[in-house]
Amino acid sequence: MTQKLVIIGNGMAPGRMLEDLFEKAPGLYDITIFNAEPRVNYDRIMLSPVLSGEKAYEDIIIHDEAWYAYHGVTLHKGARVATIDRAARTVTAENGITASYDKLVIATGSSPIIIPVPGSDLPGVVAYRDLDDVARMLDAAKGGGRAVVIGGGLLGLEAAYGLKRQGMDVTVLHLMPTLMERQLDPAAAYLLEKALAARDITILTKADTQAIVGDGKVEGVALKDGRVLPADLVVMAVGIRPAAQLAKAVGLEVHRGIVVDDGMRTSDPAIYALGECAEHRGQCYGLVAPLYESAKVLADRLSGGQGEYQGSVTATKLKVTGVNLFSAGDFADAPDRQEIVLRDAAAGVYKRLVLKDDRIVGAVLYGDVADGPWYFDMLRRGADIGALRETLIYGQSYQGGGTHDPRAAVAALGDDAEICGCNGISKGKIVAAITAKGLTTLADVRAHTKASASCGSCTGLVEQVMALTLGDAYQPNAVEPVCGCTDLGHDEVRRLIRAKGLKTIPAVMQELEWKTSCGCAKCRPALNYYLVCDYPDAYADDYQSRFINERVHANIQKDGTYSVVPRMWGGVTSSTELRAIADVVDKFAIPMVKVTGGQRIDLLGVHKEDLPAVWADLGQAGFVSGQAYAKGLRTVKTCVGSQWCRFGTQDSTGLGIRIEKFMWGSWTPAKVKLAVSGCPRNCAEATCKDIGIICVDSGYEIHFAGAAGLDIKGTEILGTVKTEDEALEHVVALAQMYREGARYLERIYKWAKRIGYDAVRAQIMDDADRRRGYFERFVFSQKFAQVDPWSERVSGKDKHEFKPMAIIAEAAE
Amino acid sequence: MQIVDLEPIAVTIDITWTPIGHLDDIPRRGARCVETPKGRVAVFRTADDAVFALEDRCPHKGGPLAQGIVHGHAVTCPLHNWVISLETGGALGADEGQVKTLLVRNEGGALFLSLDTLTARAE
Repeated sequence: MTQKLVIIGNGMAPGRMLEDLFEKAPGLYDITIFNAEPRVNYDRIMLSPVLSGEKAYEDIIIHDEAWYAYHGVTLHKGARVATIDRAARTVTAENGITASYDKLVIATGSSPIIIPVPGSDLPGVVAYRDLDDVARMLDAAKGGGRAVVIGGGLLGLEAAYGLKRQGMDVTVLHLMPTLMERQLDPAAAYLLEKALAARDITILTKADTQAIVGDGKVEGVALKDGRVLPADLVVMAVGIRPAAQLAKAVGLEVHRGIVVDDGMRTSDPAIYALGECAEHRGQCYGLVAPLYESAKVLADRLSGGQGEYQGSVTATKLKVTGVNLFSAGDFADAPDRQEIVLRDAAAGVYKRLVLKDDRIVGAVLYGDVADGPWYFDMLRRGADIGALRETLIYGQSYQGGGTHDPRAAVAALGDDAEICGCNGISKGKIVAAITAKGLTTLADVRAHTKASASCGSCTGLVEQVMALTLGDAYQPNAVEPVCGCTDLGHDEVRRLIRAKGLKTIPAVMQELEWKTSCGCAKCRPALNYYLVCDYPDAYADDYQSRFINERVHANIQKDGTYSVVPRMWGGVTSSTELRAIADVVDKFAIPMVKVTGGQRIDLLGVHKEDLPAVWADLGQAGFVSGQAYAKGLRTVKTCVGSQWCRFGTQDSTGLGIRIEKFMWGSWTPAKVKLAVSGCPRNCAEATCKDIGIICVDSGYEIHFAGAAGLDIKGTEILGTVKTEDEALEHVVALAQMYREGARYLERIYKWAKRIGYDAVRAQIMDDADRRRGYFERFVFSQKFAQVDPWSERVSGKDKHEFKPMAIIAEAAE
Repeated sequence: MQIVDLEPIAVTIDITWTPIGHLDDIPRRGARCVETPKGRVAVFRTADDAVFALEDRCPHKGGPLAQGIVHGHAVTCPLHNWVISLETGGALGADEGQVKTLLVRNEGGALFLSLDTLTARAE
């Protein structure tokens, strides 16, 4: 019978342990997780980028719902464990859920330390530990105002930086004379303090908090020296303590944390402890790398191995954009230690190596941290550096005779040199994965090895390993920038627009550090679309950033004339409409009339100056723009369906018209063409459209992601629904999902292939709430989009587009 | 070609200025056409309110440059995305070609075009 494994806690350490376990021994356990937080496993290291707006919650999810489902893991979210019955081997949560176990892993993590000063329970005092804290801080930052961060360690400084980025005035209070005194020596701390001051963050050292003051909410922080600092938000970031109360309450051996042996086992042989709540050889760890190392050992033990955890040497990096800081090991002065220091004040570089018996025991790098991994590798291995001693401080590139090619430095690393500190991934492992699995992109390497998948600061190193291994086959710009004006790709730009709430093109260019003053013909239409899509009500469409066709609502031809295509709903027309078209053709001497592939009529060779008059006449007959020029909804092609056809199963014409009337006017990343066929004979050719519907006796089969242009591709089936209303809702929701997720100019078939057909089905077919959300956002957006652009221009809008500024009759005398 | 502060003394008697309208007639990062006996001229206004006049004809396939997207001091032709410098009339990037530029003068918003100074820079 399958053994039962219960895990209390759903943080990064147990998440990694499970990954290792599934790799070693899939299916060995029946697994249940109790998570006090109401969500899946996310990357806690990345809270700071979320706070600063550089990443979104979705970006930091490690395991999504599908992962738990795939591995058959039962995850109880929002279920805090109340007690463990060690005799009966059961765990009971506060909400009453009980699970029995053969093996139990306690991974309750740590709790933030709230210093017990008066007022520490006032609203407006927050810790910095989980997403809820981040949400509270972001909420407080909305109104600007003042923030005081208590604690000048890693977490406190990252919080300060994030709040500053969110527009608050930020002061950091630190009890000790220098910042990050556990990781930095005073010299590096001084440089750091200067760098933060340059970012307008006020640092007060030797600042001892006496009380937090305020009436009903935080208003200020009083210091023991008598100063009172006004504050709307106080962040406590003085440290963490292992969350070991539960273990202690049930009688396990607990000192600072839950005591474990080298096999991660507690004083109860059926119970293990992992992560920040555990204490191993007297040491509690709060950084991810050692937790991952111990997770590996535990996975080994749980699958019958005899792995032993030997403790870890840790290295630290600060995630404050533009501040490069690396610290590892122990760098206190001692009689038997020597140090090597390099300072370059002009360049803002400080490096200090602490040596003992010709071995590196500590390293602090500020400004230039490129050699951090190299020093750290030697430190961990206890390598004898006697021979390198004279030049050690100049870094690895110096050793090989002065070459400064960063690749040479990586090439010189041994196979067991660590590249990714967060995940403990060696160079050899990356090379092996690239070679064995034929990986060519950074995303692939991250997916297969986890290297650079956590904090991302080793991304450059991973790329160099890829370049060395793959040679010319490696295309570092796998994420293709939007254009030459930026290094960011479309996905990044879309995400940052939302994360930072950017609502105009100049704001996007400013905040995302565009390299040109006002963009180019590639990025401006893309940005304009993204803003139209995300803020349909608030964004003022920038016509000067639209391609000429969308600016004048007609298609430019090779001779500079335009073509005009009025909308024919579902491809149905009438004698009145045809007569009006005939009259317009005669009146304006339009040289060509052509039936299009989308079941409508194209008038070609219209002079730009005539466009408003042509539209006026067409408008009289009831025509509106067919948007045949738009990155938007084009046509809904139909067959005659059950109204006429002896094979028709449903009213395909009626449904096509209904969809077209619902969706016309919407802007999309690239053109969207639909079709509705009344039976599987498929006369409307729905199976090569962006979205297609095949009517069947029992309802409507919805298709998507077809193509019949540059590429030929049959559609994928989204699913089948019973009623016309449902068909409309599904089609509209799919269109909105595409509008929100695709890259500009990316057709549905490319977008769907990129994100996965199943991902589309999961959201549109299987998740009614999401589908409804997409549908409603589309409907909201249509309130602003469904305005006939032709009648607007007949009424005088954008007059300047259609006539010359001046006509000079003859050369002036 | 752009002239910012043209002092009267610098205007030679050969140049005849024809009024063509006001700066505000042209949208920022946009262009308008002027029909002339010598062909159609595109008058551009950039984001920084500089004004340029070029023959409205892309050297590639004759595309109407006034219909393009204006960015920096350049315009992208709507037909095949050639990028033309508004300052020199030359094609930017990998393409090679030259558009004729004209003198245009901005006097407190009132715009004047000089047709007889079609400045060929083809050499």
